[in-house]
Amino acid sequence: MGYNWNWGVFLQPAASGGDTYLGWMFHGFKTTIALSLSAWLIALAVGAVVGVLRTVPNKWLSGLATAYVEIFRNIPLLVQLFLWYFVMPELLPESLGNAFKQSNPFMQQFLSSMICLALFTSARVAEQVRSGINSLPRGQKNAALAMGFTLPQTYRYVLLPMAVRLIVPPLTSEFLNIFKNSAVCSTIGLLELAAQGRQLVDYTAQPYESFIAVTLAYLVINVVVMFSMRWLESRTRVPGYIGGK
Amino acid sequence: MINNSKCFMLAATLATTLLATSAMAQDAGGTLKKIKDTGVITLGHRESSIPFSYYDDKQQVIGYSHELMLKAVDAIKAELKLSKLEVKLMPVTSANRITLVQNGSVDLECGSTTNNTERQKQVGFSNTIFIIGTRLMTKTNSGIKDFSDLAGKNVVTTAGTTSERLLRKMNEDKRMNMNIISAKDHGESFLTLETGRAVAFMMDDALLYGEMAKAKRASDWTVVGVPQSYEAYGCMLRKDDPAFKKVVDGALAKAMTSGEAEKIYAKWFLQPIPPKGLNLNFPLSDAMKKLYKSPNDKAFE
Repeated sequence: MGYNWNWGVFLQPAASGGDTYLGWMFHGFKTTIALSLSAWLIALAVGAVVGVLRTVPNKWLSGLATAYVEIFRNIPLLVQLFLWYFVMPELLPESLGNAFKQSNPFMQQFLSSMICLALFTSARVAEQVRSGINSLPRGQKNAALAMGFTLPQTYRYVLLPMAVRLIVPPLTSEFLNIFKNSAVCSTIGLLELAAQGRQLVDYTAQPYESFIAVTLAYLVINVVVMFSMRWLESRTRVPGYIGGK
Repeated sequence: MINNSKCFMLAATLATTLLATSAMAQDAGGTLKKIKDTGVITLGHRESSIPFSYYDDKQQVIGYSHELMLKAVDAIKAELKLSKLEVKLMPVTSANRITLVQNGSVDLECGSTTNNTERQKQVGFSNTIFIIGTRLMTKTNSGIKDFSDLAGKNVVTTAGTTSERLLRKMNEDKRMNMNIISAKDHGESFLTLETGRAVAFMMDDALLYGEMAKAKRASDWTVVGVPQSYEAYGCMLRKDDPAFKKVVDGALAKAMTSGEAEKIYAKWFLQPIPPKGLNLNFPLSDAMKKLYKSPNDKAFE
């Protein structure tokens, strides 16, 4: 194949911005991390609440939580992103929608992407939380109630402290997924890592160098996430359970 | 317009790196030999580059560039004395077209690809098939008359195009403080303009007229501004394959000098075209007249 390798391309001054192409990549790298981490925090918070609600005795509450999970889990991520970015502003009251649409495009794209990724992932986190709670022996909940704990207290002091520690390993893969899923946001024009890689191809016509660099950058992110989660896992594992001592 | 091309590209890039050796063996005899051996030619086309290469309402690929490309296919078939030549169509985007030509997935791509010196390092270009200027589309009542009116506003352009580059450069050189949105394809750029996210859409003039043809009410939109650059569209083929290029160039030159190309031009730019039956009314420019008289493969930059 007649391909001209040129790894020096990263140090060339970029077409605009007084930066090098490496600088562009780094900018995308930072955007990917900021986007994924903020979405992850929201996903954890929302997912924990929804996951708990899925297991409560109240049929209305658990039904609502189930509907939430099924909606966000079963619509493809890309479709959700387009809904948040293209459709949502049209549904808002006109003045609010227009104000949003005329604001800084980067903020629009970032916010839409963050909400989209966060809610999509929260549905998946909720499932992990629910399975964590359900995996505990029924006796734990019954014993707590028999001791006179209220239901919220049972969750707060008995069920959740155990469940949360049990679901650290499956949460690791969700955490890894959110970084990889964030690449979808390049389709609405957000200049994150994958988009910068693509842009580099457009500007330099060096696709292989660019995509290899992007691949390595994702790898670096995920290796760091993996090891820190493994560390967390070893600190929090429950003795007597899978992986515990 | 659901497109997972980015993920696909990553996978494809890695896969082709691994397969590079087999591709090399294939390229040794050039594209013509490959076509002769397999009896198949793969053409790259665009999905929404109206009126160059796009889908009509029956999902058939049509357009000015596409018709010229089929002329080249006829010439290839005649050159190789094949009784049957299977034509495979593969949709490409601004972002993946160069890679797909390089790695052998696509043998010939005629759409709306600018021939420039940077790209010539990676791929070859046929004779020029069209010459455009880069201008702005805006709402008729937006009050925008030229590029200088864009200061401080949101402006959209399609990612990976020359317009994107020019717009960024202009933004810096003239400190215009524009917010530049890079949309995935021309259809999405126009959607961004239509929904009021941007006040103007910078692109090749012919494509802007093409987007207008798709709009709900074409009369709402207008094309303004002094062209910021002129560009030559060419068909993309693999680099350093003179035998294949010669056949394609020959077919294009013949179409142009014989007056056939002008008829095709009239069909796509001066008559109602699908999908909405709108007439682009885009008269033949002097640059184009000159090109038809003396076909060449020169890039403008």
